[in-house]
Amino acid sequence: MKKILAKEEYCMGCRLCEIYCATAHSKSKNIIKTFKSEGGKILSAIIFEEKDSLSFALQCRHCEDAPCIQACLTAAMYKNKSGVVLYNKEKCIGCWMCIMVCPFGVIKPNLKDKKVASKCDFCVEHERPYCVENCPNEALVIMEVDN
Amino acid sequence: MRYLIIGFSTAAVSAIKSIRKVDPKNEIVVFSEEDRLYSRPLISYYLAGKIKDDNLNFVDEKFEEQYNVKVFYSTKVISVDVKNKVVKTEKNEVVKYDKLLICSGSVPIIPQIKGIRDNIEGIFTFTKLNDAKNLLKYIYENKIKNAVILGGGLIGIKVAEGLLARGIKFKIVDIAERLLSNTFDEIASKYLEEKLEENGCQFVKCNTIVELGIKNKKLVYVKLKDGSKITTNLLIIAVGVRPNVDFIKDSGIKINKGILVDEYMRTNIENIFAAGDVVESKNSILDENSVIPIWPVAAEQGRIAGLNMAGEAEVYNGLYPMNSIEILDIPSISFGITNVNPQDDKYKIIVRQEKKVYKKIVLRSGKVVGVILVGNIERAGIFKLLIDKKVDVSNFEDELLKDNFGFLVLPKDFRKHLVMMTEEVPM
Repeated sequence: MKKILAKEEYCMGCRLCEIYCATAHSKSKNIIKTFKSEGGKILSAIIFEEKDSLSFALQCRHCEDAPCIQACLTAAMYKNKSGVVLYNKEKCIGCWMCIMVCPFGVIKPNLKDKKVASKCDFCVEHERPYCVENCPNEALVIMEVDN
Repeated sequence: MRYLIIGFSTAAVSAIKSIRKVDPKNEIVVFSEEDRLYSRPLISYYLAGKIKDDNLNFVDEKFEEQYNVKVFYSTKVISVDVKNKVVKTEKNEVVKYDKLLICSGSVPIIPQIKGIRDNIEGIFTFTKLNDAKNLLKYIYENKIKNAVILGGGLIGIKVAEGLLARGIKFKIVDIAERLLSNTFDEIASKYLEEKLEENGCQFVKCNTIVELGIKNKKLVYVKLKDGSKITTNLLIIAVGVRPNVDFIKDSGIKINKGILVDEYMRTNIENIFAAGDVVESKNSILDENSVIPIWPVAAEQGRIAGLNMAGEAEVYNGLYPMNSIEILDIPSISFGITNVNPQDDKYKIIVRQEKKVYKKIVLRSGKVVGVILVGNIERAGIFKLLIDKKVDVSNFEDELLKDNFGFLVLPKDFRKHLVMMTEEVPM
């Protein structure tokens, strides 16, 4: 399975990955429109961790035997044919089983709407994930990993 | 060669998926007591009106076709003959198996209460979809406005959630001193109890029902141990479940509280496996056997059992209780041992308590063995990872409760393995 991975020693902490993630999942796919006219607030599928000089971005690892799929009460979490873990917002009821079992902690809950707020979809609608494509220091890379 | 599966819920589904990974060909036959497949834990959402009947499935509509499985619904298995390798159904069919998986789940415990009989209206248990349907029907037909829930554990709280959404006030009666006494600690229980009271419901602690008042075959009141009476037409019995093993009692399959299995999910009888609520298996935190009747455990055990039935040698490492409960908009997640005596020096407890957020970590020899998160559940799964991987957290235990808790605080080698996952072999 191809995974998006982070090289923490290359991450400059610019957080452009989050900006581009939000853009990739916006209506316009246009960075300015995304943040100016489409509502603006960043809701990326990336968990960005930062402390002092250390930083990195984390996304869904699209695990082979994905715990979130196994635990999901409604089959809202599922895998597409290429092995990407996706979720169906309609089916999600906010039971938070996925939050409970995801070892990477990369699924964000929306406690108000009782839905999974966001998780990485590997930019299935695009050729390559926006975060990787736009990481200025190549700290985010795509690699083939067993499992 | 025929795989036969008794019971059709998450353990069975996981097992079928596993079997088909290894063995695409041989026959898989399933017997289910129910008339359809649905996600059991969703019945409280159904009761609450948050999910519709046709959304209760947890697998694709074409599951049976896709995995080439023959499911016989509404077919109860009444015995297993391990010598002749056959099971017998209620309809007197005798069906041969080569490999058998028992995942017959659990049944509600019915306590001894004076006056309790089958044909009284207004008394329900709450573990199956039909329980929820019958309960809803009863509520509407009788314009129920108040109820009594016997049991303040997980099932009781789930019922409570559903009733609240239907505008029904209730009293929860429990012999314990607090709600969710097995899952939560005193402080976390308090959050829940206060929230329930704000919503006009009451918790009657250290008490139980000793007698039912019945008029014209309908419940009219319940009498408690302390002599007091509560007038109500609706009682939900939610004191817990026990493994559904009655039909194999004399089969020779070893049972303690549940069916005993080894690390491959094998029973003592060759070619018979078991998984899910019906099983008593390794609790990896306590390092002893216990029955853990929860969805993720059933799913994982089913996965392991299926692989091993198909000839693999996959080991079950054990699991432990874990729950995600949201009631009255307060989300909570808990893992493992959540209740320890603060005097017990085997354990160290660290706590963060605010108005709307409560977090507690229980440590044993520097490792996380228990977690309660109330109000803020983000990144909860990382705690599960720390438990599963037995990570020594003593060097950064102060970080565990902070808002920005994450991979950053983990030991560098462990973190890099997770963040980078591999030596560099770029594509």
